[in-house]
Amino acid sequence: MIVVEGLSKRFGNTQVLTAIDAAFHKGRVNQIIGRSGSGKSVLAKCMVGLYQPEEGRVLYEGRSFHDMEEEERRQVRQRIGMLFQGSALFDSLTVLENVMFPLRMFGTMAKSEMQDRAHECLRLVRIQEKDGLFPAQISGGMQKRVGIARAIVLEPEYLFCDEPNSGLDPQTAIVIDDLIKELTESLGTTTVVITHDMNSVMETGEHILFIHQGRKWWEGDREALLHTDNKELIEFVFAGNLMRQVKEAMTRGR
Amino acid sequence: MGMIVHFGRYLNLLRETFSRPERWSIFWRRTVEEMDLLGVQSLGIVALLSAFMGAVITIQTKTNIDSPLIQAWVVGFATRQSVILEFSPTVISLILAGKVGSNIAAEIGSMRVKEQIDALDIMGVNSASYLILPKLAATTMINPFLVMISMFLGIFGGWLAGVQSGVISSEDFIMGIQTGFKPFHVTYALVKTVVFAFIITTVSAYQGYYTRGGTREVGISSTRAVVYSNVVILLANLVLTRVLLL
Repeated sequence: MIVVEGLSKRFGNTQVLTAIDAAFHKGRVNQIIGRSGSGKSVLAKCMVGLYQPEEGRVLYEGRSFHDMEEEERRQVRQRIGMLFQGSALFDSLTVLENVMFPLRMFGTMAKSEMQDRAHECLRLVRIQEKDGLFPAQISGGMQKRVGIARAIVLEPEYLFCDEPNSGLDPQTAIVIDDLIKELTESLGTTTVVITHDMNSVMETGEHILFIHQGRKWWEGDREALLHTDNKELIEFVFAGNLMRQVKEAMTRGR
Repeated sequence: MGMIVHFGRYLNLLRETFSRPERWSIFWRRTVEEMDLLGVQSLGIVALLSAFMGAVITIQTKTNIDSPLIQAWVVGFATRQSVILEFSPTVISLILAGKVGSNIAAEIGSMRVKEQIDALDIMGVNSASYLILPKLAATTMINPFLVMISMFLGIFGGWLAGVQSGVISSEDFIMGIQTGFKPFHVTYALVKTVVFAFIITTVSAYQGYYTRGGTREVGISSTRAVVYSNVVILLANLVLTRVLLL
């Protein structure tokens, strides 16, 4: 479980996050949603230690991440898997080598065992036949899947996914959503997904945090989201035609 | 941002760079790869420039000191001194700052904007050490060899051009390159080369590592890497010459 307490972050004179309190649960897909520029990616980057917050704490199983010694922090980081918005695969390594990378850096296995483990992860994300190709030779959706395989290869306890569906066609986006959901259930990870894709929220969101103007504006589950009376959240969720039609159908059905 | 802040960040990056590598086997393998990319692949341009510059130095020296009071072997002597003391260590390093420095800044800068450095950090890998230390080890080890090859080819180019064009006989040129030879001058040149290799790699890596933005900013970092490396090399050249030769 990851707990965020009173987290605030500023860049120069711009206050990006203000006093965020939240809890992200184990074995569930926790989603941080909000408009572009609302601060949701900054919140995730504070949680994984890429940014140092001005105030507040991030607790991993009750231990404050930013107060840890460097070595302990590195150990926590090795239990975190992260899928980046642009996949962040290493260009000079093949798909298999990208997935093997964390094993080579931190694993104690023999090379053949590392390859077996990497192939197993590539099978999980259903892209094992592309193992010899370089990232530039595969599509954006495939790169996302390789990114997920790399993120889970060390069997992380915490999985962060930054905009996993951005730039993908709707069908591939659903495949990625399903993968994240399956992996969360099978590995029992604490999964945090940063997204503004409402399809993804409705597909996988079990615990949803709505960030607006750098503050936690709303928290709840999918069901509560559909029946919310929070004005800003309604404007965000029902901005698209499809979601407006869902809302109208729900209203008629009442 | 002030110069002091940049210098502080540069020192901080150096501190992180000199951390113990996570895996020595990976470090050595990456160092050998970098030796090939940054060193061996620069051999062609170094050889070409050295041979032609040695040739030009010989011919220009002869045309500028063509006097019955100056003995013919002085052309060989002047060529050797110019090549060993200044051309090979300094000019070749300035050229490598353009080729290697821009390569380092562009590679690391691209990794920064594509979030690959963030990925390394989140995995718990010391990204500065992983990315920069093998490059630094590679350039400080291989550049002295490049410069020694440059010295040989520079003098050889001078001999060939001098003899072929008839400005000096082979015997006079060889007497010139043997006269008053001080082995310390080679040591001085190699010390400069190692310092310049350190400057090229760390200044360029700093520019790349702290790139923010997109591809345009990667280009800017790459240009800055070359300009700042050249400026720092020129300053260091003056300081080292003052300290080692006077």
